[in-house]
Amino acid sequence: MASTEEIRSSLAEIVNEIAGIPVEDVQLDKSFTDDLDVDSLSMVEVVVAAEEKFDVKIPDDEVKNLKTVGDAVAFIERAQNG
Amino acid sequence: MSKTRVVITGLGATTPLGGDVTSTWEGLLAGRSGARRLTDEWVQNLAVQIAAPVAVEPTEVIERVKARRLDRTAQLAVVAAREAWADSGLEDSGLDKERLGVAVASGIGGLHTTLSNYDALQQNPRRVSPLAIPMLMPNSSAAYVSLELGAKAGVHTPVSACASGNEAIWLGLDQIRLGRADVVVAGGAEGAIMALPLAAFGMMQALSKRNDDPERASRPWDVDRDGFLLGEGAGILILESYEHAKARGAKIYAELAGAGISADGHDIAQPDPTGSGARRAMERALSEGDLTPADIFHINAHATSTPQGDIAESLAIRQALGKEADHAVATAPKSMIGHLLGGAGAVESVATVLALKNRVSPPTINVDKLDDEIDLDVATEQRKLPDGDIAALNNSFGFGGHNAAIAFKTL
Repeated sequence: MASTEEIRSSLAEIVNEIAGIPVEDVQLDKSFTDDLDVDSLSMVEVVVAAEEKFDVKIPDDEVKNLKTVGDAVAFIERAQNG
Repeated sequence: MSKTRVVITGLGATTPLGGDVTSTWEGLLAGRSGARRLTDEWVQNLAVQIAAPVAVEPTEVIERVKARRLDRTAQLAVVAAREAWADSGLEDSGLDKERLGVAVASGIGGLHTTLSNYDALQQNPRRVSPLAIPMLMPNSSAAYVSLELGAKAGVHTPVSACASGNEAIWLGLDQIRLGRADVVVAGGAEGAIMALPLAAFGMMQALSKRNDDPERASRPWDVDRDGFLLGEGAGILILESYEHAKARGAKIYAELAGAGISADGHDIAQPDPTGSGARRAMERALSEGDLTPADIFHINAHATSTPQGDIAESLAIRQALGKEADHAVATAPKSMIGHLLGGAGAVESVATVLALKNRVSPPTINVDKLDDEIDLDVATEQRKLPDGDIAALNNSFGFGGHNAAIAFKTL
């Protein structure tokens, strides 16, 4: 099972690929929209890439709850353990 | 009512001969071919395996994150628009962006996006990009150019197949003459070198099949021509009212004197063999520009290298200009860059403007034996154009019977 840091690091690479945000900026306390300037369509791309990377399902209804990087990492951890 | 005079104050291009205007123009003057045999895996079972891809990949120029949000066609449009905009010096001119319009055409639109997302859909609907629609829509190039420059007058996308680029210039000219804008960023782009268009144009018998000799495949007016060569790229011209350009001390390349549009009303794919639609487009461009056939010394022909189309255009030019066509040098850039579809008229308008400004017609290559039915003064070497006030025509015709002729003159 991937550690929190491993998930954050992989997620940071996805955010960098899609939105061009430097990987070191993608930290658990950062808001996707307010801090990282990831727009809503890019967020959809991030979610789909994360689903494939971590082999989880992230329902569309859940995406609005993933405000910070930490929210997303926690969701992925739960989904992998569930 | 006197017409508002409109001039060209900036040029941009990315073509099979180069990633900018200078390299493209040098390539045209040198008679260089941008054609090559494709080596991609997807081309292996196609009948036509040659094309003229751009010399500089747009993704080498556009920032990575931005590039992935643009279809290839829009990438090419943005590259050319950036160059034309910088060339015009308008950014720091204090131009009211509500007086800045855009008219950027495409013949097909975001075909790369359409096809790649269709492939993704077959694997998993969730793999379809949330950006697929804004990337594939035909107005995507015009929209992204307007976003790039902050243009807030009208943003337009004429779609008339291979006449689209010229129609965009026609439309932009009208916007300024109607007082709706002071400056219009006008042109066209196409990035459609893919299996589907090569197969589809191939099935129409529209493409040259000279797979073993790509640089000799596009041969407008030559007796052995067998179809066009698919190219890609973009051309952008900055159209500006003469008053506006003069007031800011702008560099002026040429005057955009007039533009003429007509329809064949004949067939969806074949040109009217009498050339009457093309003739009317040229006549309208001349009359709107207050020009006569005697003023025309350079003709950038549509001349795609198809057996019927080249003859119909030659007839049309003779009907429009009569005996005065004797002193007009005919040139066919498609012999070097191939057919850029929605980008063709725009890139060739850039070439026409430069021919007037530099007073030289680029050569047409591969005319080993001129077809007897071509009654034009075809230059197979560079040809010097005369001093004094002279004008030029640029023709583009498209499937659907669209004809668009643009008249430029020296200033």
